[in-house]
Formats: sequence, C-alpha cells, structure tokens
Amino acid sequence: MGETITVTVNGTAHTAEVEPRTLLVHFLREQLNLTGTHIGCDTSTCGCCTVHVDGDAVLSCSTLAIQCDGREVRTVEGLQSEDGTLHPIQQAFHENHGLQCGYCTPGMMMAAVGIIEQQPNATDDEIRAALEGNLCRCTGYQNIVASIRAAADQMARS
Amino acid sequence: MAVDYTTQAAGGIGDAVLRKEDRKFVTGEGRYVDDLKLPGMLHAAFVRSPFGHARITSIDAAAALALPGVHAVLTHESLPVETGVLSASNPGGDVRHPEQAILVKEIARYVGEPVAMVIADDRYLARDGADLVHVEYDPLPVVVDAEKALEAGAPLVHAEYDSNLVKTLEHHTDGFDDAMAKASKVIKLRVDNQRLTPSAMETRGCIGDWQDATGEVTLYTSTQVAHFVRTFVSIVCGTSEAKVRVVTPDVGGGFGAKLNTYREEFAVCAASHAVGRPVKWIEDRTEAGVATIHGRAQVQYYEVGVTDEGKIVALKFDAIQNNGAYNMLLTPSISHLTLFMVPGLYDIQDISIRIRQAFTNTTPTDAYRGAGRPEATHGIERLMDAIADELGIDAAEIRRRNFIKPEQFPYSSATGLIYDSGSYDENLDAALELSDYAGFEARRAESEAKGKYRGIGLSTYVEVCGLAPSAVTAALGIGAPGWEHSTVRLHPTGKATVITGTSPHGQGHATSWSQITQTELGIPFEDVEVIHGDTAFQPYGLGTYGSRSLAVGGIALYRSLGKVREKARELAAHLLECSVDDMEWTGTAWQVKGSPDRSKTIQELAYAGWTSASLPEGIEPVLEATTFHDPPNFTFPSGTHVCEVEIDPDTGRIEILKYTAVDDCGNVINPLIVDGQVHGGIIQGLGQALFEETVYAEDGQMLTPTFVEYLVPSAADVPEMTLSRTTTPSPSNPLGVKGIGEAGTIGASAAIVNAAVDALSGLGVRHIEMPMQPARIWNVIQEAKS
Ligand code: FES
Ligand code: FES
Repeated sequence: MGETITVTVNGTAHTAEVEPRTLLVHFLREQLNLTGTHIGCDTSTCGCCTVHVDGDAVLSCSTLAIQCDGREVRTVEGLQSEDGTLHPIQQAFHENHGLQCGYCTPGMMMAAVGIIEQQPNATDDEIRAALEGNLCRCTGYQNIVASIRAAADQMARS
Repeated sequence: MAVDYTTQAAGGIGDAVLRKEDRKFVTGEGRYVDDLKLPGMLHAAFVRSPFGHARITSIDAAAALALPGVHAVLTHESLPVETGVLSASNPGGDVRHPEQAILVKEIARYVGEPVAMVIADDRYLARDGADLVHVEYDPLPVVVDAEKALEAGAPLVHAEYDSNLVKTLEHHTDGFDDAMAKASKVIKLRVDNQRLTPSAMETRGCIGDWQDATGEVTLYTSTQVAHFVRTFVSIVCGTSEAKVRVVTPDVGGGFGAKLNTYREEFAVCAASHAVGRPVKWIEDRTEAGVATIHGRAQVQYYEVGVTDEGKIVALKFDAIQNNGAYNMLLTPSISHLTLFMVPGLYDIQDISIRIRQAFTNTTPTDAYRGAGRPEATHGIERLMDAIADELGIDAAEIRRRNFIKPEQFPYSSATGLIYDSGSYDENLDAALELSDYAGFEARRAESEAKGKYRGIGLSTYVEVCGLAPSAVTAALGIGAPGWEHSTVRLHPTGKATVITGTSPHGQGHATSWSQITQTELGIPFEDVEVIHGDTAFQPYGLGTYGSRSLAVGGIALYRSLGKVREKARELAAHLLECSVDDMEWTGTAWQVKGSPDRSKTIQELAYAGWTSASLPEGIEPVLEATTFHDPPNFTFPSGTHVCEVEIDPDTGRIEILKYTAVDDCGNVINPLIVDGQVHGGIIQGLGQALFEETVYAEDGQMLTPTFVEYLVPSAADVPEMTLSRTTTPSPSNPLGVKGIGEAGTIGASAAIVNAAVDALSGLGVRHIEMPMQPARIWNVIQEAKS
C-alpha cells in the first residue's frame, strides 16, 4: 500500500514510504519528526500548518505527502540560518511580542514570509487581509501585524 | 503610554523585557503534547454519541477489532476505572451532581459524549477503527435551551431527578424591597449572553503511560492545572496519588477550557493500563467543538430602580445558567462569580439576585476567559446605557454618578466582597480623553453625511481576580484551596531555579518571574530558570486561571525570594563577622552598612551556603526557600473601554473605527506582556460581540463545531487598539499587583454592543443581542424602520 516519495525538506532530500492518504503535515511531523508545523483544525481554516512548497505558502493539512514527490518543502525549522541566526521574521516576532502561546506562530511566520515576498510594501490593512487564513487566539493580532511590518522593513533594507 | 518594545530593557520589575520563552517557539522547537512520542505508543480515537439524548442498546466492536492494527475497543464495561468524572464545585452544599461515567454507561446526554475508545497503531487506524464500531441508539427526548429545560414537563436530562434544576444561587439584601418601592423609575432589560466555544489554537491532547510493574502512571496533558489532574487521576483510576505524575508540556492556549479534568485524560491512563503500552489521544477540531467545555450561556433579566438623577437605588437580577448535561470541575461556581459581580463598579447597596442553573442536552459549560464575570459586566453595562437612554443622561455621566468613589475603599459590596482599591473616574477620564469622546457628535455627522450610522460605546468594569483566599473558596463550596506554591533554589554557581505552581500557556511567566527574581534577589534575569507544570518537581500547584498567577503565584515567589535574601543576610553577617542588623542590601549583595568593601554578592553567598564550610548557628546548608502563599483577599482590576463603530445600513456590517482601553491592573511587572494580554483579551470579547456563537439545533445537534461555522476573528476582522493604563496598587499584596489576563475580555463586549446600539439609537433601537453578525444588524435596522 505504500508509495515511495522523495521530498526535499529544508534542503535535505528524504526518501520515504507513505500511504497515499498521508497528509503532508503528518509526513513532516510523524515521519520526519519536524514537529514545528502544527495542526489547529480539520477544515483548512486556521493556517497553523502553513509551509512552503516550491516557494509558495500552502496548507500542509490539505496537501498529500505524495503530491510533494520531487518538490521542495520549507518549514519553520528551515527559517533560521545554519549558524543559528534568526530569520528576520523570527527576530521580529520576538522583538514585537508577536507570540504568546506560540502555537499559531510557525504557520503565521511561514504565511508572513509569503506575504512579504509577494507584497514587500504591504500596508497594515493589506497585511491583515493577507493574513485572513491564519488564526491566532492569543495576541489579538496587533503585535503580529507589527512584527510582519518590522520584518518587511528589515528585509527591504538588507 | 506607548511602550517601545525594541529597546531591550534591564530585566527587572517594570521593564518591557523581551520574552525568554520566544526562541523555542519561533524556531519550531516548542514541545506540545502532540510533539511527544513514547516507545511503543499507541493512538486512541473516540466513538462519540451522534444524538443529544439516547439510550445505548448495543455496541458491536467486531469489525473494528478485525482491522489489522487495532489493539482494543474499550467501553464503559471494559475500561478499568473506579469512578466517573469528579466536580470540585458545590456551592451551598446541595448541588445536584449526577454520575458522569468516563465512557457512557447507558445513556448519552449530549452530542459528542464518548461512548467507546479505539486503540490502534496510529491515528489514522484508530479513526478507521472508530468508524467501524457499530452502536445502536434508542433516541430520547431532548432539551437544549436552559429556560425551556426549567419549564414543567420538560424532558429530563437526568431521570433520577424531578427537574433539570442543578442549583439555585440566591442573594438578597434586607432593604431591597423598600428601596425598589421608592425608586422613581424602574427599567427592565433582558440580556442573552450566548454560548461560546473557547477555541485555543492547540486542541486538547494527552498521553497516558501506565507502568504495570510499579503501578506508576505518567500523564502528559495539555492543561492549566496539572495537580488537579493528578489528584483526580489517582481517584478515578484507583492508584496512589504519589504514583501519578502529570507533565504539562508547552500548552497552546487554554482560556479556561484547560482548567478542567476531562474524561479523555482518565481514559488514556486507564487504556494504557488495559493494553500495557502508552496511549496518545489528540483532539481534532471538530471533536473540540463538542468534547471541550463551552463558556457563557446565561440569560439574564434585569430590573433596576433609579432616582430621577439616575442614581441606582435597587437592582434585581434573575438569570438562568445553562450548565450543559453534567457539572465539570467548576461548572456550578461559574455563575457564582457572576453573582458576586452583578453590581459591577457601582455603589449599589440594595440588591436581589437569583441564578437558576439548568441541565440541558448540551456539552457542559465551565470557565471560559473571565468565567462568569464577563456575563455580569456585559449585562450591567448594557443596563447603564438603558438607564442613560431612558433618563436622557449622557452614558459617561450616568456611570460617574454611580461609581464607587476612591474614598470608599476598601469597599464592601452588596454581594459580600471587599474591593481593594480603584479610581474609576480616573479610568473614565483617561479613556474619554484618548478616544476624543467630546468630539464624537461631529464624527457622527460626518458618517451620517455618507449614509452610515456611527456610534460610540462605553464599558466601565471591575473584575474579581487573584483567585483566591482558601477560606473563601471553602465557604463557596469549592473543594480546592486558592493558595500558590513557589520554591527558589540557588545553585553553587549562583544561578537560580524558580519552581512555580502556576502553569503558563502563553502568559510568559518564565520572563516575569525572572524579572521579579532579578529585582528582589539580584540574580540577573538570564541566570534564572523557571520550572512549572510537572508534578514531579512541585509540592503542589493550583495552576493558572482567574488572573491569579501574578497576584498569588507571583507573591509566593516574592516571599520565597525574601526568605532566601534573609538567609543570605545571616550568612553574610556571619562571614563578615558583624551583626545581622549591621547589614544592608544593595540590590545584588549584602554589605556592612556604609562599607562597600565589606560585602558578599548573592552569588558568593550561594556558593558559601552550598559549601557550608562555615555556617552561622542554626542555619541549614543551601540557599533555598519554599512558600505556600494564601492571599488575604482577591484583587480588583478595573478599567474603561471605549469603542467607536460605523454601520453600513445596506449590509449590516459593523466596522470598528476606534478602540480605546484604559486598564488598571495595579503595578506592572512587564508592560509588553500586559499589553499583549489586553490585546488578546479585547479581541476575544470582540469575537463574542460580533461573530462567535455556539449553536445547537432543537434536536441537540451541534451546528458550529468547526472554524467554518464558529467564527473566530481573523486579523482582517479586528481593529488596531489604543491602550493606556492607570495604577492603583493593590494593598492586598506587597507587589501591589492585580492581574490582567481576563480584563480585555471582560471590558470589550459591552463597549462594542453599546456603540452599535448608540449608532442605531436614532432609529429607536434600544438593545441588540450578540453576536452582532451582519444579518442580525440588517434585520434590526429593517425592523426599526418598519
Ligand atoms: S491545520 Fe488548520 S488550516 Fe491546516
Ligand atoms: S500565540 Fe497562541 S494562538 Fe497565536
């Protein structure tokens, strides 16, 4: 019943056997032990599971692992550089108190990186609109928006 | 006061220091319960009742058991437990507490009640197995509405009782009837505080690991109250409390919903016992909609007697609380908190309160952020506007005329509380100024010119926090104390371990507790490690809820730090060969008064205490201290929130143009964390005001189990907020702190609804129920116009 797939995750190629029904999020969490990607719903509504596949932000709870055969996946674990320096979005979430319980945070940051790449000069309203698919129950979003704005500024400068 | 969070401050009390918790979360290294794997671990899925009320006539597990990878199907008959779920709440001593078996015994009483448990190799197989369990049900009559449940002839949720009444809470002052008779006007209002689903982004989940040889059981669970869980697991599963260890990994939000002990927590322990391997269960979101407690669900009838000047002389409050099908840990006590706060921050001495709690065929309700207090605040704040409207007095002015005045503190409320401190006019003045309340009418005219309705709404609140003095919890029929524990341990290298009984799940205790430690003991912020949420390390901890962590747990820490500092003083005096009275504390060292060259740093003293080469008479080795702090009183944070909205008559959509909050939480340890709590709290209150409602069909079906139907606000739905603070330190504790975890939620909903009612007041609208979704507002406008 297994299918063999090869997926490059955060720069490392992984070849593994998966059931056809295995969701990407479970493949990452259970088979690769990359537990930074979270699950917050079962209706593709919360964004906790957001990762990048070939550079696009996608919901890993609504993507089959086999769909990623031969593709590049980036997760929260792949954000910081090898020397441990935080990515600007990680640094910005820290500096702007953009997280409380931290559960939504990986998905938020992956979505945010996608937003900044597509709209580097997004206004607060545009950031909020683009963030509509990512729920946070703790922060009230104000400091998340501030974090994304700060990261966008930082990334534009560098 | 805007805080510049980017300037990393010094790390003591009052500094906006950045959180030490953050790094693991932003790198994906947080460890939530679903991230844990134990050797040999199996996975559980529950078969849940699809009926609101039904007798189970048969359970056939053969097909599930035949599926390769399924290890067991457990039911009430086969799950090895000694008793059902226990409640710790019995106000008055005569609450009806029906049995709540861990798996349904005979009759399911709400949709989602767990009937059977399937244990399999992985979570997919467990779900497959659950789908193959065939259960026959014989449906019974259903009642979901609490008012209907209390009518004569309503279907009985528990046939062993003669009605669905759980308990009636009452409180009447002697002078009430006379006072009401003398009122020049009596105003009535009905307010429906709708049922909500708490919706932490991390659902619940747990792993039970029962060691057969020793009888030891370890439970990893996403909870706010590890020790409660341990006590109850030992009773329910029939093992010694000393053999149970409960570990709380990182918790992805709680909001009161994880202040409980749940069937699944007992079930995974018992199942692990039955199958001899660790068993994990992770709630999915649809399941969370029915299996995790709900909040609010209270219908209120107000009658208020006022003078012509708008002074309240008597207040009557008659409410019906929907408890759901069973009482969970604190269910009967939640509306008791409403009872306490019925008068709010107004000087009302004649009062008559009755709250009837009802069983219904719905998921049990219990604590959800604010827990009984948002209900009281929302109601009285709607009522204040109704009075203002009736008498033609400004909404701010009517509040001012009724406020408890600063000189009245400590203030004895008509419901028996002693309010510690507050300056309600100051909150109101600051909020009116920041929101430009005075300039509102011009802005209303601008909106009118565009064909839109604009309104401004106020909410002034006080809350009771810092739960709780243990003598009071006992008097209220809560079978648990309210103190908190801390241990401070200095290591030979001068680093500190702080063990706290609080159980943070986003509140940043590791940061705030480190700040307190730096200020009180001179150990640098970065040298402090905070341990929480593991019963193996703590004597006992009551956990995190009710805005209690700082006001109770923080004070427990403060006192342990003081004990360590005093012990260090004796040690320093001994080593420096002078009397204890000659020592002075520099903030980081003990020195001989006026002689900085004769001093010992706290780190030197930690080392000397450990080596114990020379200790003063009667002093034990090691600088370590433990405190169990029982607070002398609650704390009473307060505030004023102002909301300004614009309503589009064509769509009924409410846009929040401006939101201003002035909060008084006493002294502040970390302004960044305080602001974060207020932001999140306000948006949860906004969610209730505008979007959220947990809905049951008449037949008991749950119509809003997921985020598709249950609308948690997104970033696009909510405004930028403007925050400010006033400070009246609490006299009840040495740090003067009060608590801030629930303030935002308590203050927000009324400000938003009052703004919407104000916007439509020109059409004759006097009240709007929550949630104010566009369709409701559109209908309100059409009805008002016709
Ligand atoms: S888990 Fe909620 S959108 Fe993927
Ligand atoms: S930080 Fe807790 S859900 Fe966003």
